[in-house]
Order: sequence, then C-alpha cells, then structure tokens
Amino acid sequence: MAAKDNDLGIRGWVYAGRYSLQRYAYTLQRITGLGIILYLLIHLYVTAQKNAGEAAWAGAMDAVQPLHIGEYFLFLAIIIHACNGFRLVWAEFGLGLGRPIKNVYPYQTCLDRNRIFFYAILAVVFVLAVVGTADFFNLIRVL
Amino acid sequence: MCSDPNKVIDVTKAVQDVILRIYRWDSSGTWGEDGRLVDYKVPVPSGMTILDALIWIKANLDHTLSWRAACRMGVCGSCGMFIHGKPLLACQTQVLKLHADVIEIRPLPNYPIVKDLVTDQSRMIDAHTRIKPYIIRTETPPEAIAGEFHQTEEELVRYLQFSYCLKCGLCMSACPTVASLQEFPGPQPLGQALRYVYDTRDEGFAERLQEIDNKFGIFRCHFAGACSEACPKGIDPAFAIQLLKKEIVKRAIMGCRTPESAGLMPAQQDNAVKAPNVPATPAFTVDQKK
Repeated sequence: MAAKDNDLGIRGWVYAGRYSLQRYAYTLQRITGLGIILYLLIHLYVTAQKNAGEAAWAGAMDAVQPLHIGEYFLFLAIIIHACNGFRLVWAEFGLGLGRPIKNVYPYQTCLDRNRIFFYAILAVVFVLAVVGTADFFNLIRVL
Repeated sequence: MCSDPNKVIDVTKAVQDVILRIYRWDSSGTWGEDGRLVDYKVPVPSGMTILDALIWIKANLDHTLSWRAACRMGVCGSCGMFIHGKPLLACQTQVLKLHADVIEIRPLPNYPIVKDLVTDQSRMIDAHTRIKPYIIRTETPPEAIAGEFHQTEEELVRYLQFSYCLKCGLCMSACPTVASLQEFPGPQPLGQALRYVYDTRDEGFAERLQEIDNKFGIFRCHFAGACSEACPKGIDPAFAIQLLKKEIVKRAIMGCRTPESAGLMPAQQDNAVKAPNVPATPAFTVDQKK
C-alpha cells in the first residue's frame, strides 16, 4: 500500500510547539551547541593564519573584527549550554528525577519533579548573564 | 454505529460552532500530492470530544474522511492524532477545552500516512518487538517453572508505572530524535525495555542490550521530555529512558552482571490458616466438570 512520508525531520527538533519550557531548553541546547561549534571552526581558521605570517594574521583579525559582538553571544551560548548540560548529565544518571511511582491521575512525570532543578539552572544562567553582560559592555565602570 | 448519528451525538445543544481544519490525503491523489487541509464546521455541545466531532463529520458532512479508533475511552490507544499542535488521543480531547475557533487536526507525525488521519505504526511495533517485550528466563526455562515468583510491593512499584503502555505511539510523534533519525528505536520501545529490565523476574538484560545500546540507540535521547508530556497514561517514557541509561552505565561498570532474579513462592501448605477478613472465593461461573 502506498503511504506518504510524514517524518518531521529537523523541524521536529526545532519546533517545541505547546510543550513545556524543558522542551524549549532542548532546542536551545542544540542551537547553542551548533553555535559553539561554528565559533570553534572560525577560531581555528583565524588562529591558523598566524602560521601564514604576520600579514595574514592581521588580515584575518581585521576580517573577523565586525563579528566582535558575536563573542558576547558566544558567552551567552556557553553559559546556557554548560548549565543546562549539567542538568542533562545529572538526569542521564537518573538524578533529580525522583523515583518510579504508581501512576494515579492527574499523572506526575519526572519533568514535574525536575522542574525545580530546571528553574535553579535558569536562575544561575540569569545571574551569570547579568554579570557577563555588565563586564562585556563595561557597565560596571560606567556605574 | 446507530443509523442516525444525531442520536449518538446530540448537537441540538451546541454551545458554539468550531471549524475543524483536517488534513486530507489519499494514495489516489484526490487531495493532491502533498494533501490538503479541509475545513469542516461542527456545532459543538459541551463535552464533545474530537473523536465525536469526527464521527459527526463522517455522518453528516463527508463520509470519505478516515481515521482509526476503537474503544472511545482512552484504553485502546488507536485514535492518536496531531491535534492543535500536540499529539493527543482524539477520544480524550474535548473540543471546547482547546479554547479555539479553528482546530487543526493532522495525522501523527513521524509515521507514514496511509489515508487522511490514519498512519502506519509499523515503525513503533517493529522496534517494540525487537526489544523483546516479555519476561526472559535464561537460568530456568519457562516450562520448568512450577510456582509463582515472589515479588515485594517495592519491586512491583519499580516497574508498574511503565507497564500501562497503550502502544498509542503519541510519544514517538513527540520525540525530536525520532523525527530526525530513522534508526532510533524511540521512547515507546525503550520505555518498555526498562519495564522488563526492572522486573525482578526477568533475566534478559544482556539479550536486549544490543538493540538498546548501539550507535543509534538510547544515548541519542537528550531528554527533551516531550514524550512524557504527550503520554496519555502517565507512563513517563523520558524517565524510563534516563533510568535505563543509568542501568546500562551501572551494569557496564559492574561487568554487565545481572542481579539475582526473583525466587519462587513456597508451595501452598495443606494446613495453612486463611488470613482473617479475606472474602470467600466467588462461585465458579463455568461448570468445572466440562
């Protein structure tokens, strides 16, 4: 019988729809991960120019200068990825998820039990982002 | 079904009209190569479910509309659909509870479409079969077991939650890894693998390991948690998968040692005293002599 393919593909992991914040954290984790990889590739290319001589190095540095603000987003990506990644590694060891229970309606899932941990991680990300933003844009000295 | 659908679903007390925007596709190309969304205006009374609405549409507006359903009460798991942006059981979703004038209904994602809202769930069933969803005894063959296994309340609760799976497949539709990786078994089979791994009567962990923990296996799950949100029975597949990961790591460190399985209950003694307050066994409803 002929059937029509219906796999969501990449849309499936980007689209978080009407799911909870933890599902959005999954998408954010992947996007920040890809951003960090992209930075690493650019970083490796730029620093490798030093082997080609002083002029090549200066040229490469000039070329990436407009991307300087990208370092700020890189910082945000790293703190989000690291803090949420810490929560995920813990979860993979079954930590912060509770124990199996008798499923009585309204059902409680490990996401409910993990939510307090998730909010704590969000708070840490927020504090680091505020401190980092103040430092990056020299706001502390201005104040 | 009753010949007059209005006797089954009373729309005379409709509270409001709702547009159901339903995806249509069939292999003969009636709705184009990519299918089409078709609007159906349904008078919705209080308490009407999406499944009721589909039955009403089929009886009154378009008899060619296809979907799959059986029990109408959230037990069989047949009527899974992508309703208003989430995989849900049509029989457990009330139209008015969605608080929308237009509700989009599509077939479950990540399964091939057979017709309209009917999907082919072979992918889940095949993966479920591969993880061997039954108790495996390696030490003692099943035919040699004469008696009941002893299992404490705590041992039961460890896997009980995961044993209520309907095989509705909503979790597979919600899973972002299933969406982009065909080889990944998915939350339903992996969750059921834990149900047997955690059963003290089972000795089949090593047999299942190849299917669970391979290049495209369990560690491709990154705990999005959408499967647990989608599950209509509180099975919590995301939890099961994380526990199974822990079990795999633990047993890898311990040299894949399988814990001692449950022992048999002692044989019934002829002179055993019956516990007080236990009601008498009801009379047989079938003639025992036959």
